[in-house]
Amino acid sequence: MLSRIPGIVWLLGTLLVFFSAFGTRFASAPNVVNIGTQSAILLLLALPMTLIIMTEGLDLSMGAVLGLSGVVLSILLVKGFALPVAFAAALAVGTAFGVANGVLVVALGMPPFVATLGMLGVAEGIALVLTDGQSVVAIGSTLSGIYSRQWAGIPFSIFVAVTAYAAFHLLLYHTRIGTYVFAIGGNREALNLAGVPANRYHVLIYALGGLMAGAGAFLLTGRMSGGHPTAAIGMEFDAIVAVIVGGTRLERGDGWLPGSVLGVLTVGVLKNGLNVMAVPSSLQIASIGLLVIVALLIDSIRGRT
Amino acid sequence: MSSSRRLASAGLSAIAYRLLGVLLIGAVLALSTDAFLTTTNLLNVLRQASLIFLVASGLTLVILTAGLDLSIGANLGLSACLAAAAIKSTGSITIGIAAGLACGIFIGVLNGLMITLLKLRPFIATYGMLWMVYGINFWGMAGDTIYGFPAAFREIGSGYLLGIPIPVLLMTVCLIVGGVFTRYTTYGHEIYAIGANAEVARLSGIPVRSRLLLVYTLSGAMAGLTGIVYLARLNSAEAGIGDPLLLPAIAAVLIGGTSLFGGVGSLSGALIGAVILTLVLNGMNLLTINGNWQPLVTGVIVLLAAGMDTVARKRNEA
Repeated sequence: MLSRIPGIVWLLGTLLVFFSAFGTRFASAPNVVNIGTQSAILLLLALPMTLIIMTEGLDLSMGAVLGLSGVVLSILLVKGFALPVAFAAALAVGTAFGVANGVLVVALGMPPFVATLGMLGVAEGIALVLTDGQSVVAIGSTLSGIYSRQWAGIPFSIFVAVTAYAAFHLLLYHTRIGTYVFAIGGNREALNLAGVPANRYHVLIYALGGLMAGAGAFLLTGRMSGGHPTAAIGMEFDAIVAVIVGGTRLERGDGWLPGSVLGVLTVGVLKNGLNVMAVPSSLQIASIGLLVIVALLIDSIRGRT
Repeated sequence: MSSSRRLASAGLSAIAYRLLGVLLIGAVLALSTDAFLTTTNLLNVLRQASLIFLVASGLTLVILTAGLDLSIGANLGLSACLAAAAIKSTGSITIGIAAGLACGIFIGVLNGLMITLLKLRPFIATYGMLWMVYGINFWGMAGDTIYGFPAAFREIGSGYLLGIPIPVLLMTVCLIVGGVFTRYTTYGHEIYAIGANAEVARLSGIPVRSRLLLVYTLSGAMAGLTGIVYLARLNSAEAGIGDPLLLPAIAAVLIGGTSLFGGVGSLSGALIGAVILTLVLNGMNLLTINGNWQPLVTGVIVLLAAGMDTVARKRNEA
């Protein structure tokens, strides 16, 4: 594991030095807080994505499911439901999609990228039908109020992100379920022989992906003060890049949760830094695409030696 | 020999089932709306299906090798926009078409090199490529729309030759050439063999890497060609033009019976898949169902087709 630490730390460090040197305003306190807030939603997705990728899977539907959960949350708020009720519904929608992904991949044996790509279409489609392609506005001020709250200068979303990390860290490294997650990707046969219902835990991992997409909807809706059917399209890509750049491999149950945090920060710093340097957002997307290919390249070169 | 004959007959009955499906959907649509069984509408369906088929045909080759190309939609978009920009700046249709095709082929070659030389997994390599190409295209277009092309160019998308729409002719040519290529050439047999079992193919002397490179290059080339035809038909280009075609292309390939697990499938299947998908979408259109339903329906179709494929494979293994 130690041999992997330098890669992502070097990368993040280089980006930080580069942007501090060439991007004015990059290394200012408000901008650092800004990077943290921007990265919070991404971390919520990257945490379960780490577990999914460790089990040799992938979830391409997370962005679309987050968007749909946000739309459901917003619509219910507009209709006058209380925030806890609306948020519970968003979580339920997210979890339902996660379970569906899990059943398709685990019980049916469908290749994950096709199953979740199909679910992407379904989630985006439902969001479009529910909203008729329009933004959902006038959701009241309760949610935005919570979102913009701060404690000691630290925004709400960063607290959420830290709590989520702590929960996933405990789950992966200090519970039996975590041990199973490592084994599902690494040595499934041993699990089956030990009588562990591996399939059930495998579905649970995808369900967590949906649940966290639902949780992310809370932050996204708070930030936008509303919902939009395609608001989070493509966010799963950032999450996948963060996980891969962070050193989790697409095979053999080889995952590293702290690496995913560094990966999320790397993606966040890269986007923010390019933004500060007035590079258009379209090229930021292209640079993230390049980032994942470079990370995989380094990975495959290392794997060969 | 007997096993290949068995496979061939299985393939035939699978296609017969799908043709029956086409007739059924057609009958339902003909009964529910008068607008369906008109020459204009049927030609329209074929024209739309031919676009999906063109991009799906390259994807079929990729999926036959048990690979995947998620970059075709973005590739198609960038190729169309480059062709549009080239025609506008040079006034030459030939240069425009060459630019679009070159772009498609270039992206295909990059995909192929990532997969063969760097040994990246196809879905993640082409997924990274998707976002790179997408970003570059949005940057290059900067929110602009390029429109209004010479009539001679628009003919490619909306013209007729001997009473047949030119895209449909292109589709026919591609089907015949591609069919001969996959069924009757060594290359074609090698592509099937790689999909059935890459390791066995390698051990029996098939140059797996160079065949994979070829397949991804062809997929890129077909995306580029589709981009040009699509551009000629729409008579306008904007950066997001190709994105909505990825899911339908995958749907067409899967409905056509090409297995995600490689080694099984055909181009004629992809044609039937494209027709079935277009009939469904066209039918929804005629029945004035809101266009917002289309991603949902396409997603469900992809899941159904992939589910049937997975179940069939399990049954074969058992």
